Amino acid sequence: MSTKPRLLWSILIFCAAVAFVVQPGLAAEKTLKVGVYGGYFKDSFDKHIFPDFTKETGIKVESVAEPTGEAWLVQLEQAAKAGVAPADVNMIAQVPMLRGQKTKLWAPLDLAKIPNHKNLLPVFVHKYPDGKVDGIGAVSWYITLVSNTKVFPEAPKSWGDMWNADKKDKLGLLALVSNSFLLEVTATTYFGGTKVLDTKEGIQKVLDKLAAVKPNVKLWYRDEAQFEQALKSGEIPMGQYYHDVATLASKDHPVRSTFPKEGGVLDSGSWAVPKSSKKMEEAYVFINYMCRPDIQKKLSLKVGTSPTVKKELTGLTAEDFAAVSSDIKPIIPRYDIYTGPLSDWINQKWTEMITK
Amino acid sequence: MIEDKPKGLRALLPILYPAVTLVVFFVIPFGIMLAVSFFEREPGGFYTTDFSIDNYGNLFTELFGRVLVFSIFISALCAVICVAVGFPFTYFITRMRRKAQVVWLVILVSVLSLSAVIVAFAWSLLLSQTAGISNLFVWLGLMGKPVSWSPGFWALTAGMCYIAFPYTVLVLYPPLSRLDPHLPEAAQTLGASPVTTFFTVVLGSLRSAIVATLIMVFAFTLGTYLIPQILGRPQHWTLSVLITDEAVYHSNLPLASAMAVFFMVVSLALVGLTMLIGKSRGPAAR
Repeated sequence: MSTKPRLLWSILIFCAAVAFVVQPGLAAEKTLKVGVYGGYFKDSFDKHIFPDFTKETGIKVESVAEPTGEAWLVQLEQAAKAGVAPADVNMIAQVPMLRGQKTKLWAPLDLAKIPNHKNLLPVFVHKYPDGKVDGIGAVSWYITLVSNTKVFPEAPKSWGDMWNADKKDKLGLLALVSNSFLLEVTATTYFGGTKVLDTKEGIQKVLDKLAAVKPNVKLWYRDEAQFEQALKSGEIPMGQYYHDVATLASKDHPVRSTFPKEGGVLDSGSWAVPKSSKKMEEAYVFINYMCRPDIQKKLSLKVGTSPTVKKELTGLTAEDFAAVSSDIKPIIPRYDIYTGPLSDWINQKWTEMITK
Repeated sequence: MIEDKPKGLRALLPILYPAVTLVVFFVIPFGIMLAVSFFEREPGGFYTTDFSIDNYGNLFTELFGRVLVFSIFISALCAVICVAVGFPFTYFITRMRRKAQVVWLVILVSVLSLSAVIVAFAWSLLLSQTAGISNLFVWLGLMGKPVSWSPGFWALTAGMCYIAFPYTVLVLYPPLSRLDPHLPEAAQTLGASPVTTFFTVVLGSLRSAIVATLIMVFAFTLGTYLIPQILGRPQHWTLSVLITDEAVYHSNLPLASAMAVFFMVVSLALVGLTMLIGKSRGPAAR
């Protein structure tokens, strides 16, 4: 009886010893942990981007599924306090980028080590207030006005169409102020631009205008799949949605995505490296690779994101470009107001407005 | 020979494991939440560890009060509906043959394997205008044209009750199946109709089981988070939705923690009150 546990222990110790000896051999291989939004983005990157990157550079990528929202930022912050990084390079939305700046979470990036940054549109180089670079545009996408072609045979022309009486109980809009960017949309449509959002009084005016659209809203959604399904079936025949996914859906369903004359909302994610990461060199190689025009073209064609580099460099045909972007001047979200001194007040007023 | 009772550490061993689990998975996380609820919120950032009671002060808004009352109301409503439907349902199951009972219980347990996401989506489809049951009513000639019932208050109530119903039956099943069959028989021998028997004898002798089930369903549905987002309109969002918004989307962990702690205190107080009422009435009725 007593020999059995001893045997078990011997096996365990042997295994541990083997693992210990073998491990340094494995670690010699260059690796990089890249955090990408879980689901569609991660699947696409795993399929179209990472294998080719490894083939070219010899750096093995371990992709990490990030939750959307700011939950990932909270995890990065906590991990950084412990001196570790759940992922070395992270795809981070603009609001959490600014939040991370407050605690100096992001490692400053040396542009000399990212020569391809010259290809980028200027808006995609993210900076600390003191001018140090902390993020490089990873992917960008548009939020546009989508509609069901069976219910609305004619395409809408303006965001203002959402306020029309014939849209009663027909719209699906994003539920949060900081991911719907409806303040910016309303400000651009009715107040001549997002400048009005500089002051409390201005924001209140925009909120009041937005409150008038409420009777037309059937669903304030957090879950994209829910709205997409309802849009396809015509249950909720109009609303705001992601241009790339809607264009993809339009191939098999009576769905269209329209850039309103005021412009689509251009949102983006940046590549950022937490200070706790010990893989700066590999991170530079990866970020530089992602700024290449041919890679951005591949992303546009395979994933449906809008290129972060200048249009003429990508070599995309007019048709392919239109599928992911537009020449109409975009509405750029006012990320600063969601992290500024008014942020809590805005969140509170927004929730009060839509739940009433 | 009777052995001596084990003393010292040996006596504590059997409860050591649950005690450690409770501390690690409940007491410590709750302690962290309680601590965070007293931290200072840094607007636009995270929080600092300075002591502050502002988070609790910030709770006293019309919005928070409205959502708190609604959350308690809808959970209480679901508890009442589930028990009102579940009690007679379980009673009839316990009167069936053993085999039929097993079949019913297996069906109920299999419902538990569905996640809240699937249940919510299924109900939203079932109550939709384009593919829902109103189309069936139109076909039967009961309605003029198909209508949409989701999202809305009753869609939300239906979804929440659907999730809680199997638990209701599973909690009610043991006391109901233990109910002495001679009791209703005796009542009927003495001239009571089956309906009178059910309401006076069966319901009466299981009062404490009913109160316990009401509390269980109430507490269970209080935490519902996903279903209100899919089946409800913004005015039907529960406090759990608001707490998640604060914690995950606004990075306001101190306020989210304060909301959660306050919510828990209020619900515990309500549960305590219900138990107190159940107890004080119990002996008097006998």
